[in-house]
Amino acid sequence: MSDRTDKIREVARKWLADGTVEAVVGWEQGTYREKCSPVLVRKPEDADRLLFNDRCTNNLMTYLKRDPVRGMEKVGVVAKGCDIKSLIGLLQESQVEREKVMVLAVTCEGVKKDDGTVPIKCQACDVNTPTFYDEIVGEKVASNPDPEARFKDLEKLDAMTPAERNSFWREELDKCIRCYACRQACPLCICSRCIAEKNQPQWVETSPHPRGNFSWNLVRAYHLAGRCVECEACETACPVNIPLMLLNRAMARTVKGAFDYEAGKDPEVQPPLRTFNLDDDNSFIL
Amino acid sequence: MSESPQSETQKDGAGLPEAATSWEPRIVAFICNWCTYTGADLAGTSRMKYPPYVRVIKIPCTGRFDPLFMIKAFERGADGVLVSGCHPGDCHYTAGNYNARRKYTVFKALLETLGMDMDRVWFSWISASEGGKWVDTIRKFTEVIQEKGPFREYREMIDVG
Repeated sequence: MSDRTDKIREVARKWLADGTVEAVVGWEQGTYREKCSPVLVRKPEDADRLLFNDRCTNNLMTYLKRDPVRGMEKVGVVAKGCDIKSLIGLLQESQVEREKVMVLAVTCEGVKKDDGTVPIKCQACDVNTPTFYDEIVGEKVASNPDPEARFKDLEKLDAMTPAERNSFWREELDKCIRCYACRQACPLCICSRCIAEKNQPQWVETSPHPRGNFSWNLVRAYHLAGRCVECEACETACPVNIPLMLLNRAMARTVKGAFDYEAGKDPEVQPPLRTFNLDDDNSFIL
Repeated sequence: MSESPQSETQKDGAGLPEAATSWEPRIVAFICNWCTYTGADLAGTSRMKYPPYVRVIKIPCTGRFDPLFMIKAFERGADGVLVSGCHPGDCHYTAGNYNARRKYTVFKALLETLGMDMDRVWFSWISASEGGKWVDTIRKFTEVIQEKGPFREYREMIDVG
């Protein structure tokens, strides 16, 4: 771990000193010992603030969509394999120019949540050693041979009747306080004006009552269908612990089954909802 | 306040006076300008009869259909939603319905995951010459909705919590 920290600092210092990048987005020690915070380093001497450990959970690609970073000539980002998947999504949708981003990839054995447990994305990780980067630090780490294991959680939903599923989600979504942290944390929620903020007409009811919560969470999941790279940033950000990843994974599984597509793999491939096949499933249409 | 028919109407969010006394299904149909709308028009000019409970909303193409339309319809008191357009290969804009079909697949799965009643959501392809199919579809859909009764669960979520 610590040699990765040293190498990240070294590369970041070099990039900042020779003007390769204007700034480097990375992780630094958070206020609490068990947490890391995102940090934007602009000067070579500040590169020593950067670090990497198993508490670097934040997906830093979300900063690429923020205006200050967008305005930069070139920016460096420290990224785990899962974070790089988000970058691939952004590249596919022309939200980021490849030449404007320097990816400092770091191999990763998996991170831990605040409570010390290992997230599902790490248990079923297939990108412990990233393959898409400008520079990589760390020893090669073997991946889980069965990334499908991440869909295991969905079985409990599958086992329910529709009515049970509905009351399960009613209960979960009732907790929503509409803080939109899920949207802000998501690297792929890129609209500068979200549909939840449009009021002419008002598509999504803004009050945190069950019906408004239902339509907001439904719209959020739908807009990420076929795009979500399952980085779990939304679920981590959620202050009331709504299992948002169950929805996202259900969508990912559907897209994989119906269109044989997995998000965040290849920047050259068209996202599934931007294209079609003549022989797509037609069985449910009268 | 006494239980007047008026207050009952308002509570129901129905807006229609007759809803206070007897429930009638309310079906919202989002149909494409080029095929299904013309098909429904054909049913009309051919003097075909079908249940009058369908509210037609014309969209330029099924590719224009946004799942939020459906959510909005349920919020405003629809008991069933039908989305219909040109058959694959017949789209006026070449590929709008193919794109729509992908959206349906994903959105349908999302509604299923959330445990929505999928008998209230129908998709169909009806061409300009299929006035008969339009009549049949509306008949069958109306029967299903009549059997299921009003879809209060969704719009009344606002009263809970």
